[in-house]
Amino acid sequence: MAMLAKTTLDRRTSGVLVAEEPGRERTERRTPPPLAMEARHVSVYYGQRRALNDVSLGIPSRRVTALIGPSGCGKTTFLRVLNRMHDLTSSARVEGTVLLDGEDIYAPRVDPIAIRRRVGMVFQKPVVFPTMNIFDNVAVGLRLAGERRRVVLNEAVERALRQAALWDEVKDRLGAPATGLSGGQQQRLSIARALAVSPEVLLMDEPTSAIDPVGTQRIEDLIAELKHSVTVVIVTHNMQQAARVSDYVGFFLMGELVEFDETERLFSNPRDPRTEAYITGRFG
Amino acid sequence: MRATPAAGRRLRDRVMTVLVALGAAVALLPLFLVLGYVVREGIGALDLAFFIRDPAPVGEPGGGVRNAIVGSLIINLMASLIGVTIGVGAGVFLSEYGQHPLAPLVRLVGDVLGGMPAIIMGLVAYEIVVRPMRSFSALAGAVALGLLMIPIVIRATESALALVPRELREAGMALGLPRWRVTVSVVLPAARYGIVTGALLALARVAGEAAPLLLTAFGNPYLSFDPTKPMDSLPLRVFVYAISPFREWHAQAWAASLVLVLLILSATLAARWMTRQRA
Repeated sequence: MAMLAKTTLDRRTSGVLVAEEPGRERTERRTPPPLAMEARHVSVYYGQRRALNDVSLGIPSRRVTALIGPSGCGKTTFLRVLNRMHDLTSSARVEGTVLLDGEDIYAPRVDPIAIRRRVGMVFQKPVVFPTMNIFDNVAVGLRLAGERRRVVLNEAVERALRQAALWDEVKDRLGAPATGLSGGQQQRLSIARALAVSPEVLLMDEPTSAIDPVGTQRIEDLIAELKHSVTVVIVTHNMQQAARVSDYVGFFLMGELVEFDETERLFSNPRDPRTEAYITGRFG
Repeated sequence: MRATPAAGRRLRDRVMTVLVALGAAVALLPLFLVLGYVVREGIGALDLAFFIRDPAPVGEPGGGVRNAIVGSLIINLMASLIGVTIGVGAGVFLSEYGQHPLAPLVRLVGDVLGGMPAIIMGLVAYEIVVRPMRSFSALAGAVALGLLMIPIVIRATESALALVPRELREAGMALGLPRWRVTVSVVLPAARYGIVTGALLALARVAGEAAPLLLTAFGNPYLSFDPTKPMDSLPLRVFVYAISPFREWHAQAWAASLVLVLLILSATLAARWMTRQRA
């Protein structure tokens, strides 16, 4: 697994490897894209236990940012900070500031529901609402937000399903129960549902960990397409996947952000020895 | 060396299987004894007239229990409206808002209600409905039975909702839907079979109650549709006929029992069937 990661990465980054020297000051970076979201000094506590410790991280707009690290390192905890999902866990407490378009989403008068409409989320396991057909599964966000116009719904559902690369497979059976879809299709349906409400940011929590290789491939292709229209943050325990789909990578370890950089740099020339140990497969 | 323990295990397996099967048979025996006896005693008096006629005065042959069947349906329907509405509401509250400071109180009330004898519910309904209205009534009966249903429906709802995966709620919340929306449009539909099953079992449980109805619906030898007036029900009719000194009424009591058992059995089987559908 580690060997595989190495070869994949070398192939991808060989050009960069030659050009870069370890430890060199990064003065000549390309101008970074604007930030869609920015976390400042974010810590998360579950009861007494601190799961995330003072993480500051900017998420570039219209790019794919991957969060990697071993199990329990806080990457999913951080992801759930970004759309205030921790509000639903009474034992969880979030400290720090998270900016979305320059506005703190943890400010006292901010409505978490409005935030979640702008920052969508896809989960590890595909989520299909069992009582709804395919169309309704995608339309549910809009419909329950009060959208009644059939034309608008039709349009949004088709757009979302196309974006999720599922349209061609389901367009003739939109009325069929969504539970009949394969696992990979169900996950793309979940993505379409999240996209239908036109979020600015899409959070993906290990979206392919329950999906077979073919389905995984399709979802990775889809992520590459998505970044033209939406900012993507993806948590993955799979380093090759991070290398394949992301522009930026954050490496988490024991609740801390060890390193954040452009994907090619982080994998080819990590600054922190812990990052290097992890990506070369010495632990995790 | 190898054969002996294996043989021993097989023997023990055999013995345990037989014991367990025996236990199951013993548990089932009363059910079949009761069913068999009720059928044997009741089937003789069952004819079409039994379903479409009202009770005949003493000494007159024939007569049926139409009024009691209709009354049972009406009272139980009203009881379900009360019991299921309140029970599902409280169950949703406990499952989805379990952190609320009032939740322990609601749970306690539910548990206490569940341990309350049926006749007490009759007394309660007598105090809060019969006395103010100055009349026995079907409504009072429905209140008594509804109160009996509440704890059963609460428990069924709570456990059905507990089976709904957390991801479903989170996916709903992640769409930017308010909590109540997710509960009503995502969580409840996902748990609908479990809840309906619970409601049917609660209905089956109270449909056979006579005691709380003695003090509330009271009984009525005539067909009545007025919920503010006394109304008959099958358990009441069985009670009245069974304690009477007349042989033909005894036969009718058995027949009414059979009808009651069959109605409850079909509700229970419907509940089973719904549960099956879940898979």
